[in-house]
This record gives sequence, structure tokens and C-alpha cells, in this order.
Amino acid sequence: MQQKDNNDFVRRVAEEKYKFGFTTDIHTEIIERGLNEDVVRLISAKKEEPEWLLDFRLKAFRYWQTQEQPTWGHLHMPEIDYQAISYYADPTRKKDGPKSADEIDPELMKTFDKLGIPLEERLALSGTAVDAVMDSVSVKTTFKERLAEKNIIFCSISEAVREHPDLVRQYLGSVVPYRDNYFAALNSAVFSDGSFVYIPKNTRCPMELSTYFRINARNTGQFERTLIVCDSDSYVSYLEGCTAPMRDENQLHAAIVEIVVMDNAEVKYSTVQNWYPGDSEGRGGVLNLVTKRGHLRGANSKLSWTQVETGSAITWKYPSCVLTGDNSVAEFYSVAVTNNHQQADTGTKMIHQGRNTRSTIISKGISAGRSQNSYRGLVKIGKNADGARNYSSCDSLLLGDKCGAHTFPYMDVHNNSATVEHEATTSKISEDQLLYCNQRGIPTEEAVGLIVNGYAKDVLNKLPMEFAVEAQKLLSVSLEGTVG
Amino acid sequence: MKSEQQYLDLFRGQRDLICQHSVAALNAVRDEAFASFERTGFPSLKEERYRYTDVARAFAPNFGVNLARKQFPVNPDEVFRCDVPNLSTSLAYVVNDQPVFSRPIPFVYSFSEAAEKAPGILEKYYNRLLSPHSSLFTLHSSLSPSLGRVGEGFLNTAFAQDGLLIYVPRNQRMERMLQVVNLLRSNVDLLLFRRVLIVLEEGAEASLLFCDHAMDHSSFLTSQVIEIFCGAGSHLDMYEMEETHTSCRRFSNVYMQVSRDCVVSHNNITLYNGQTRNTIDAVLQGENAEITLNGCVIADKSQQVDNNTLIDHAVPRCTSRELYKYVVDDNAVGAFAGRVLVRPDAQKTSSQETNANLCASNDARMYTQPMLEIYADDVKCSHGSTVGKLDDTALFYMRQRGISEAEARMLLKFAFVGQVIDEIQLQPLRERLHYLVEKRFRGELNKCTGCALCK
Repeated sequence: MQQKDNNDFVRRVAEEKYKFGFTTDIHTEIIERGLNEDVVRLISAKKEEPEWLLDFRLKAFRYWQTQEQPTWGHLHMPEIDYQAISYYADPTRKKDGPKSADEIDPELMKTFDKLGIPLEERLALSGTAVDAVMDSVSVKTTFKERLAEKNIIFCSISEAVREHPDLVRQYLGSVVPYRDNYFAALNSAVFSDGSFVYIPKNTRCPMELSTYFRINARNTGQFERTLIVCDSDSYVSYLEGCTAPMRDENQLHAAIVEIVVMDNAEVKYSTVQNWYPGDSEGRGGVLNLVTKRGHLRGANSKLSWTQVETGSAITWKYPSCVLTGDNSVAEFYSVAVTNNHQQADTGTKMIHQGRNTRSTIISKGISAGRSQNSYRGLVKIGKNADGARNYSSCDSLLLGDKCGAHTFPYMDVHNNSATVEHEATTSKISEDQLLYCNQRGIPTEEAVGLIVNGYAKDVLNKLPMEFAVEAQKLLSVSLEGTVG
Repeated sequence: MKSEQQYLDLFRGQRDLICQHSVAALNAVRDEAFASFERTGFPSLKEERYRYTDVARAFAPNFGVNLARKQFPVNPDEVFRCDVPNLSTSLAYVVNDQPVFSRPIPFVYSFSEAAEKAPGILEKYYNRLLSPHSSLFTLHSSLSPSLGRVGEGFLNTAFAQDGLLIYVPRNQRMERMLQVVNLLRSNVDLLLFRRVLIVLEEGAEASLLFCDHAMDHSSFLTSQVIEIFCGAGSHLDMYEMEETHTSCRRFSNVYMQVSRDCVVSHNNITLYNGQTRNTIDAVLQGENAEITLNGCVIADKSQQVDNNTLIDHAVPRCTSRELYKYVVDDNAVGAFAGRVLVRPDAQKTSSQETNANLCASNDARMYTQPMLEIYADDVKCSHGSTVGKLDDTALFYMRQRGISEAEARMLLKFAFVGQVIDEIQLQPLRERLHYLVEKRFRGELNKCTGCALCK
């Protein structure tokens, strides 16, 4: 085995640690902690929402109160005190006087610059429009005007409620109803900002759309809500990134993403999830409890989820697809990396309802340290889904003898013309591969990096280019110190 | 009324009668098991392991229970011949839950004679794997709290009055295969609590074939618990075949404790039934043990078959293989869940699990969950699972060659489950099962020669 001291790679990654763990010292208007109907009303009032949305929130809240937090995940979840969290934090609100719409606090600008998300359009990569969300509020959305030329709507959901209430009302909660699950009910009651995307008919979105989520304030939760509607014969590629400061206590992130895909439309949704994973002892970190679902309503529609999950103390989410349109196609590509004390229970649901629908699931789990990494997936073939086709493959890679890798696939088939296949393997990095690399002068740590990257390549290839580079780097950093 | 209530009332009212017709070793654990049942009740559909089988519903109807041990007038040798040609077996019958031997069989006893012929064995082993104090439980609950709830197993222990003990002492070998024919015989709807205890001491060898048959058209609800203890280096080859009718429900729980260097194979063949739930929990707790679980299911009409297995690799260097195949037709529902658990430090584990299923009609449903739960890194584990229909090109190929469509379908289905049957080591048994499976697909099973039902 190589001497660690001489190893640049290890030193570099050890120094790098969680580089997004800084906090921004900015005045943030935070409402009182606790959750009750008044808080829900207050959030709604702060966002100047119409009556129907307040009703929606209140219904969700009342439903949430009747529910209990589910426990079926393969997770050791710390108890969440929902009354100890503040549900609304606004870093854009100036202490004195009303702020003008275009003016952004330089601190915030700096923060996003530091995160590699420049909010000045001239500095940004011209290929990507960004909606930057900090805590409960959208700070800025870039390239809005250029997109508006093509009648594409890309803005924060609060703005969409004001500017395009009919669209929002039509689609909000239509894919993930507030009764869907415990966290969906919570989100529906207290959701703050997220992005709204509407791609009109026959439009190919000229640039990547992206939302960057940042939790900054202490003792707050982030409850963003994203809604993407891609109308007939259109295309959009959407990216999501997220980070949070290092804190000793857990922070709650319960989001909902809804996607509607109409006839012949295509949506690509990519996530690089890098919430703060907690320290090496398992203290702190974000609890990432998210409901993501796409509804392929139109014929020949296509939706592809790609996710690289490296952060969060606990990840519990299943980006899903409901394939209603005939000949629709759904894909799910995932790399989930857990290290130290992280836990992940993630996977997907593919619910086939239309004829000749196809879905593919490629999931790669990598566990290291003392982490637990579970794949859980459902493939359901409905009674009318003639000729449905599914292929699932989930592989797990174990780095270290204290971690766990688990696979829980569910297949429910109600139609005999369907073909459903699932395969899974679990193993560690083969000694042969390591030896081969060592023989050629590649140190063990670097060899592990190489092999892991190769292992995850099927998924990384599906990411947009800028993301792929970042994801590869993230993979190496996340696996820091796992060898030797 | 909750479906547990009638059993709680029955036990409380008839406890003395139950004990009176049973032996001390069974009575010793009865009250504790009853208390456990009282606490847990039947597992609900929300329990992960019971998602597809509603136990409470199956136990809800008012069945007769033969607590007074009334003898059923049946001479099994005369009414039934469940013969495997060219295979020399020792034959034992269990009429409902009562073992009957026409002649003594070495190593095989009923519980009532066990105290005399195999002293101390019942006391040492009976109910050990089900008891709430069992290591099986504590081990499970530390990792997976969802495991270990066996409401209907507790109920079985509370009501079981007799059973079959197969005890092979150290380095002994059962010369011939033991064939146990479980006969269901009653004029009224009957609930029976069948119990089997298999103890193989170090280096012992046994091969066992259990066949379930129904002699009457009444509804039967069978609750069966089989406990298996395999001592170091022992070999067990076990087959369970079910061939009953559509009013029969079977809830079988098999618990196995496997020691070092054991070779164990368990084969579950469901040819004909009403509703079946087979639970198999195997703990590999000695190194270099090898376990094979195979199963095939043929279900049509409104039959339901749910196989739920757990292979627990508690120590390093063990091997497990699992192969289950289903053919579901008409309105049948098939469910399979196979969980492989590799505990921390169970390094060098090798595990392979395959589940393949054919849906032959549009109303048939199949649920499958092959699961891996792995806490050690130096392991090779894989599972694969498929659900599909018959291959159109293969059908076309046969049709081109003048084979009728029905025949071609039959041949393909036959070949599909044939893989499981081919795993059977004993050639006469393998051939017999091929024959029975073929008959099953041809819909001729109940017309078999020697069966009392169609005479």
C-alpha cells in the first residue's frame, strides 16, 4: 500500500473537505420558530399570495397534522422537532427601508460567486440561466428576458403565483397532491421559493435552466417547490444544485418537484446534490426528504432523471415517473455516494399506465466509512400498460467493512405483455483492478478514484457537461480517506 | 370482531383440554407463545413481509379445531398412494396434524412418543427458534426491526398438540428418503396446527420429502411450523410439495439454524393450492455452510402463492443460492420476496438469488422483491429478477413446425419451470416431478391414478 504522507491526492482532498461549508453573515428576516396555522397564514401573507393558495396550504397543513412521520425507510432518523424550526427566512429583506426589485445585497452576490454561481449575466456561462434561492427566497433569476423572447417562463414560484396564477393553479399539486405523503403535506403547507418553468408548445429551450439552492440561516428548514411544465413538442434541460453551511445540528430540507410532460415533449432533470453531509462523527448535516415526481401525460413524451447524490446526512427520496402517455419513455440514472455516517435510502418509482411505455433504471451506489446506502425502487405495470418494458440495474460498491449497501426492489406486474427485468450486484473494488493500477504506478487512492469514476460513468455521461465535471470532482472528494 | 379474538377466546376456554392431549414439552412453552400472540396478533398488510398476504382474513372464518384429538377414520395405506416410482422411501403419514406410522421408521417419531424414544430432544429444541428469547430474534431486531413478527407462528405454538420429530443423532445417516404425506381429512372446515421438528446432529444426513394432499372437499386452513437444526457438517435435502385444492389455505413457517460445514437444500414446489404463504428464515451461523433454496410455483384460477424467504449470513465464508420460478395464469396472484442479509463481518459471503416469473394471462398478477441487505464489504452478492410473457419467437418457431399453439405454450412453460426441477439431485424424484408438472400444465393433475378424490 502506498504511503499516505506522500500522496498528493489524499492531502488535496483532505484539505478540500466540504468547501461550501461557509456561512454568509447577512441580515436575514426570520419568523418565529414553530408551526401552526398562523405561521402558514404568515408565510402566505409575506408572499402576498391569493386566497386559493392559502386554502391549499391550510388544507395541507390540517392533513399533515393528522399524519405521523413514516418510519419504513432503512434509516436511523433523528427525531425532528417541527416546532423548533423556523419556516421562513428571507435574506433579501433590508433592515431599513423597502428594497428595490433589482438591487441585490453585495453579500449575497459574493456568496453565490463563491459557490460558483455568478448572478451577473455577463459573467455567467452563457449556456445556463440560473434561479438562485437562498433559504426561503429567490434572490435572482438570470436571463429571464432572453427566455421571455421565446415565451418561456422561468422565474421563482412566488413570482409565478403573482404573474401567471392560472398556470400555477392548473398544475400545482397535480402531480404530487398534498396528501401524497407526510413530507409532501408539510411542504405543501409551508413551501417557500423554488422555480417555475413553463415551456410553451413547439419550443426548444435555448439554454440550460438551473436552480441553485442554498440554506444559510441557522435553525431554518428549506421547503422549496419546483414546478416544471413542458408543453407539446418542446424540450428543456433543467439542473439543480444545492449546498449548505456546516452546522452541528441537523437541518431539514423537504422539497417537492413536480414535472408535467405533454405530447412529444422531453424534460431532462439533473441534480447534483451536495448538501452538508455532517462531520466525520455524524454530527449535523442536512436531512434531505424530498418528493420528486414527473407525470408523462402526453404520448411519446420523455423524462429523464439524473442524480448525483453526495451530500446530506440523510437522503430519502425517490424521483419517480408516472407514464400515462402511450409510448412514453422514462429514465432514471443515479449515483449515490455515502461516506462517514451518511445514510441514503433512494431510488425511483416507475408507474406504467400507458401502452408501450418504457423505463430504464440505472442506479450505482457507493458506500464508504460507516454509511448505509439503500436502493429502493418500484416498478409497477398497470393493467392497461400493454407492451410495457422496464430494465433496472442497481449495483453497489462497498469501500470499507463498516458500511452497508442494500437493495430493495419492488416489482408489481399486472399485465402479462410487460417485460420487467431487474438485476443487482454488490461487491467491493476488486484487488486485481487495484493491483493492475498499482503496477502501473498509480497510487491506491487515485486508483480507487479512477475505478469509482469508471463505475459511475454510465450515469455521469448522462449529465450536462458542466455538471459532469463537478460531479466527478465531488465523487473523489466524497470518498476522501476511504482507502488504506 | 377482530379475527384474533376467536383464537384468544378459544385458548382461554380450552387451555386445559389442549394441554391434556399434549405432551409436557409442548405445554411448557404454550402460555408464553399465547402471550406473544396476544401481544402481536396477526401481521397486518402494512408489515413489510406480509404486504401480499392477508393473514387475519384467512384466519377469520370459523374453522373447526380438533382439540380433543378425535381420531379420523382413515387408513392412509389404503386410500392413498403417493408413490414415487423407482424411489425407495420410508413412508409416514400425518393425518391433519397427527402422525401415523404403519411401521416404525428409524429416527422418526411423533411428539407423543418422543419422550420415550428420543429423550430430552423436544425439551432442548422445541420452539427454540420461535421463542421471543431466541437468538434469531435478538439478532434480527438489532438490524432490521421489521423482522421477527410471526403472529401465526405464536398461534401455532399455542395450539399445537402433536407433531413429527425427525432426529438423526451424530454421524448417523438416514438410509432411505423419508416421505411424509400430509393428508387433510375432515368433513367440516378444519384448522390444523401442524408441527415438525428436525434435528440433525453433527455429521448427520437426511433427505425428506413432504407432500400435502387434501382428501376431502372441505376448506382447510393449515398452520405449519417446521424448525430445523443442522449440526456441524450435517447434510439436509428437503422437498416440500403442495398438491391440494382451491379451498385449502396453507401458512407455513420454516425456521432453520445452520451450523458450520452444513449443506442444506430446501425445495418448495407448489403445484396446486388455494392460498399459500411460505415463510423460510434461515440463519447461517457456522462458517463454510452452504444453503440452496429453490422453488417453483404453478398457479392459475384464483390461486395465491406468496413465498417469503430470508437468508441470514451471520458469519463469514458461507454460500447461498436461491432460485424461484413462477408461472401465474388466469386470476392467480404470485408474490415472491427473497431477502439476503449479510451481517457486519460476514466477509467472503457469496450469494446469488434469481427469481423469474411468467405471467400467462392478462389478469394474473405478480409481485416480486429480491432484496439484498449487506453490511460487509468483501462479498459477492447478486440478484436478478424478471417478469415477462412467453417468448413470441419461440412460440412462432414451434408453430412453424406444426406444434399446436396450446401444446407449444405448454412446452415453453414446462421448460421454464423445468430449470428448478432439474436442480433436484435424486433422479427418480426429478422424473416424478417432471411428470407431475407436465400433468399440472395439462390440467390433468386431479385425475392421477391412486387418488381418492377421483376414484
